Amino acid sequence: MHETARELGQIAVTHASYLWLIPFFPILGATINALIGWKLQKVFGKKIVHRIAITAMFAAFAVAVRAYWQLLHLDPEHRFLQDTLWNLLTAGRLTVDLSFALDPLSMMMVLVITGIGSLIHVFSIGYMADEPSYWRYFSYLNLFVFAMLLLVMGDNFAVMFFGWEGVGLASYLLISFWHADAEKAKAGMKAFVANRFGDFGFLAGLFLLFWTLGGTWMPRPQGSPNPRYGTTVELRGQAVDTRPIASAANAAQSAALAPMVDGVKVGPTMNFRELRDQVVIEATGVKEHLVGATIWGIPVLMLVGILLFVGAMGKSAQIPLYVWLPDAMAGPTPVSALIHAATMVTAGVYMVARLNFLFALSPSAMGWVALIGAVTAIFAASIGFFQYDIKKVLAYSTVSQLGFMFIGVGVGAYWAGVYHLLTHAFFKATLFLGSGSVILGCHHEQDMRKMGGLKKYMPVTRWTYLAACWAIAGFPWMNGFYSKDEILWKAFTSGHLALFGHPTPWLGPVIYLVGIVAATGTSFYMFRSYYMTFTGEYRGGAGHHDEHNEDPHSAGATAMSAASVSVHASNGAAHLDHGTHGHPAPTAAHAVTAHDDAAHAGGHGHHGGTPHESPWNMTVVLSVLALGSFATLFIGLPAAWTHHAPILEHWLEPVLTAEVPFVEKPHWMEYAFQGLGVLAGTVGWFFAMLLFKDGKSTVPAALKERFLGLWTVVYNKYYVDEAYARVVYKPATAFAGACSWFDSNVIDRVVLLVGAITRAFANLDGAIDKYIVDGVVNAVANGTAGLGRSLRTLQTGRVQTYLYGALGGALVVVLLNFLIK
Amino acid sequence: MQISLSHFLAVGALLFAFGIVTVATRRNAVGVLMGVELILNGANVNFVAFNRYVGSAGTQTFDAIGGQVFSLFVIVLAAAEAAVGLAIVLAIFQTFKSIDVRSADLMRE
Repeated sequence: MHETARELGQIAVTHASYLWLIPFFPILGATINALIGWKLQKVFGKKIVHRIAITAMFAAFAVAVRAYWQLLHLDPEHRFLQDTLWNLLTAGRLTVDLSFALDPLSMMMVLVITGIGSLIHVFSIGYMADEPSYWRYFSYLNLFVFAMLLLVMGDNFAVMFFGWEGVGLASYLLISFWHADAEKAKAGMKAFVANRFGDFGFLAGLFLLFWTLGGTWMPRPQGSPNPRYGTTVELRGQAVDTRPIASAANAAQSAALAPMVDGVKVGPTMNFRELRDQVVIEATGVKEHLVGATIWGIPVLMLVGILLFVGAMGKSAQIPLYVWLPDAMAGPTPVSALIHAATMVTAGVYMVARLNFLFALSPSAMGWVALIGAVTAIFAASIGFFQYDIKKVLAYSTVSQLGFMFIGVGVGAYWAGVYHLLTHAFFKATLFLGSGSVILGCHHEQDMRKMGGLKKYMPVTRWTYLAACWAIAGFPWMNGFYSKDEILWKAFTSGHLALFGHPTPWLGPVIYLVGIVAATGTSFYMFRSYYMTFTGEYRGGAGHHDEHNEDPHSAGATAMSAASVSVHASNGAAHLDHGTHGHPAPTAAHAVTAHDDAAHAGGHGHHGGTPHESPWNMTVVLSVLALGSFATLFIGLPAAWTHHAPILEHWLEPVLTAEVPFVEKPHWMEYAFQGLGVLAGTVGWFFAMLLFKDGKSTVPAALKERFLGLWTVVYNKYYVDEAYARVVYKPATAFAGACSWFDSNVIDRVVLLVGAITRAFANLDGAIDKYIVDGVVNAVANGTAGLGRSLRTLQTGRVQTYLYGALGGALVVVLLNFLIK
Repeated sequence: MQISLSHFLAVGALLFAFGIVTVATRRNAVGVLMGVELILNGANVNFVAFNRYVGSAGTQTFDAIGGQVFSLFVIVLAAAEAAVGLAIVLAIFQTFKSIDVRSADLMRE
């Protein structure tokens, strides 16, 4: 799709001094609610809390729209807004500023984050109406958005990494929001720890890249395998001084020290724009340097790509670090929507897209990304087939869709991956909030076997959920089709991928095949969840608590029920009197709650009651998001239909400069593949309808009996968690135990031995002090006293004795006078 | 026999020696004071003699009578010293009921 190679230049920077407001509003809201939210809630009620949070979100969104407007009116090649607040650190040639930047890619992300984030905030009003720590929830939610905004708006790796860690923290806080429940607290820790593994990879990749850009600039002498380190180098005929200089006091001095080639700063940098400029501008020679650099015979760029992708694996839940995401369902449902749609999991995709110019230089890194994406896509989709917990289905579908995104950015169709990120944000937010609405309507029931027939009770939720199912399954009347189809088509036509340095032109079609199977599976499990939830007879009712033991995933659901004070009133804010229900004692609280509900809701039994539609603020959000899932299809209409590049691709073009070659295929083939995509969705839909519509078919049960072994393996998520327990957790604890033993038995003993030796020395030293040093001092004192005592007898008190002395002395003087003369 | 300076000096030295011996050997405090007088007078003899034989060689007025003037000062000084000394002797006697110089040894300790 890429036309002839363009000559890329430096990006012109437009300063926009208001950009800091975008992340500032959410952090302000978070701070206010964190510090005085509890008091405000007590004094003014819950309304004030969510008004603060939502005002902050909409303010951020408004500023983002303003920035978008300014960006739109700039020259497309130079759409780059920057706002530097202050200098964070300066060391030698390195400067790191606290600065924000918006280019078309981060602009799109910011709009998604603040826009969909705002909607999720609004949805939370209804969903969390009965939560006592309402203020804490909204404070965390704002913090989450703040961290994500830092991540996407950061002008350099440092700010991005700050946001990168910030979303980790915020997700930990929100997933274990109901921290009194040990299961949920553990889920939060799991998310945090899994992300730490990824962060390690991210940091290692970052350092490696930094290291590669500096120091080793000498052109290779003939015949020597490694580049030579030198203090001056020649890049394109110009001598460049790269001596490490340690004396730069401020950013300006530091910039003056940086080596320049043709006016472009080269060398190690944390700044994305500087990095991009020196890599994409051919004249600098940095690209050749990077491509040629090796470490222990391995191309550095491949290592950098793979390590950075390990970071993406953690945040974006790819194999093998995806395990935290399904467990993250322990958090409140709007949080899941926030994590899955607008923030957090998109971080990895965003990072790969942002560094597209680096990844594109290493086919091996790209092949690795695409391969992991494809494997994740089909692996997670297959787990999604058999889950009963509606949120778990959606969780695995997110993992799978993220796999699709990585296929996109992996094969070089960066805009398609990013477009899928956008469409996914809309339909996955709809699905999650829809599931939240269902869970609320069914009195905090998450097991789809206890649902059914809800279309009668929850029409808005049903239609929006169905629309989102169409979108994710890939039907042309919703947005998901366009992004997924573009990704798969690009995967099929990519012939340049490589694995560990070996070109593998067959990898693209294989990924396509895996992807289309995964897409069929996606369609199947999504419509399965739709039919199980919304068609047939309502299967909810009393006593479902006994059955929870069957379902290994619903440990969390029990506690959820405990929290289920009635939320059916039109506006949840009226339920302040329920604010005192805590979560710590699920069973005890449950009885009380049920009793209260019966009295309060006017004959509405707790679990025996019929489901009900959610309050208007939730259904409005659902409708807006579903409409968005439809409207965003227009920005991605394929070039084969309209004969010019899709709007979004055109918009992102200045950022996604990487030139990746794709095999040219005839147009009829593209149409055929689009048809195949629709067919895949239809097949999945058809089988789901056949098996699960109205809950009448007995085939699923029969199939389950027939393939019970296989079913059990997949149902238990391929025992990946158990494998983790065995492969990672057990050795880790064993190692920790060994360390502990070593500590208490070896190190402690050594310490004690050293202590004993020291004591012996101290005693010896004390003896020396006491008997030798003190003895000398005493001896001097005693001697002086004795001398004084004996000299005292000289003083007789008799004048005549003294006179004798004087005469004697005079005699001596006289005699001496004679003698010496 | 011509009386020369040496004769005077011999008398002065004898007086001085007797004074010293008296001061060193007498236990009676009044005797000790007398010895002191002898010593002073031995010195006076020397002053006067040196003035007569050596001092008059000078041209200044003071040179002619300096020795005599000094001996007069010493006589006055001796009188004052005797008065103070006798007063101390009286005080010693009142304290120790004795004027033996050996008994006044309280400051030894």
